[in-house]
Amino acid sequence: MVNLLWGFMIIAAILVAAINGKIEIITPIIFGSAEKAVAIAISLISIMAFWLGIMKIIEKSGFIHIIIFFLKPVAYWLFPGIPRNHRAMNAMLMNMSANLLGMGNAATPFGIKAMEEMQKLNKNPDTATDDMCTFLAINTASLTLIPTTVLAIRAATGAQNPTDIIGTTIIATLCSTTVAVLSDRCFRFYNRLKNKRVFSNNRNVNNSR
Amino acid sequence: MNIFSVLNIISIYIVPCLILLALLFAYFRGVKVFETFVEGAKEGFGMSVRLIPFLVGMMVAIGLFRDSGAMELITGAIAPILSWFGIPSEILPLAFMRPVSGSSALAITAEIMNSHGPDSLLGRMASTMQGSTDTTLFVLTVYFGAVGIKKTRYALTVGLLADLAGILAAIFICNMVFG
Repeated sequence: MVNLLWGFMIIAAILVAAINGKIEIITPIIFGSAEKAVAIAISLISIMAFWLGIMKIIEKSGFIHIIIFFLKPVAYWLFPGIPRNHRAMNAMLMNMSANLLGMGNAATPFGIKAMEEMQKLNKNPDTATDDMCTFLAINTASLTLIPTTVLAIRAATGAQNPTDIIGTTIIATLCSTTVAVLSDRCFRFYNRLKNKRVFSNNRNVNNSR
Repeated sequence: MNIFSVLNIISIYIVPCLILLALLFAYFRGVKVFETFVEGAKEGFGMSVRLIPFLVGMMVAIGLFRDSGAMELITGAIAPILSWFGIPSEILPLAFMRPVSGSSALAITAEIMNSHGPDSLLGRMASTMQGSTDTTLFVLTVYFGAVGIKKTRYALTVGLLADLAGILAAIFICNMVFG
């Protein structure tokens, strides 16, 4: 799916530019975007370093157990493949708390840390595990209680009551999170069925030998 | 004091308060705070640098798709069909951009609120849409990129399905509540 989308975006862009007779814009866009990508990665270093430092303190002091108390039951159900006291679980719980509170730039470092810890449990390092996919699903749906950036824009553009969209936002984000979790579970279930079939086929081959 | 100023105060105070509490708690438990901080912060560099190839690949594709006019062409083609379902065509660029590029989506949201007003149906729809989902492609690139995962399996499909649900829900709910 990623390969399909990535290729499609580039091919469509070049074709459209060529048809419109402005193919010369392609090269500057490529180098401009590439430069922006590196700039983002570099600016991420500062945020990552700071929050990972704080995270280490929170972990080592045991403060994490207070923060994650309420989210634990949900997280254990969502990620059955991660041991309960594992570092990955801690980072994921921190990521979920930060997302809920609208602390976007704190959520990313915790999320990346969680991926790294999950990678240590991964037997095929270039392929995503089930739990990684679930973690990604809930992050792309981003269950937020306070959409801070939107509130800021609404206030800046002179809304009568900037917060009147919080209710509709929470309902919409609940919808997208529900769809994310349910479709993720469907894929998990489907893959398990498929693997079981491959496994039993192998066994039949072995028996007939 | 209205709700907005309360929320505003919460969002200003939450980060400093979290850091304060974490440090006080750590002192209380006898943790060497600076050494521990540095130990954690060290990992930040490697993680960010490892992201670069993934980010470059994704942002070039997105930049090309948006700035070449390909995106406009596609939204223009399906707008008449969608308006038949009560989906206003002004909201389409945002619906398409939301999963792809966070900063562009934010720019479109701001533009809609500027030209139509934040309290119009369109303004509220855009706000709800912007707040209710995250930039799927960015999250996918950054999270998988940081650990070098190339086979992402069904993650993108799930993310895009969730975005579709969030976008449709935003349009439907806003039509009901504010329409």
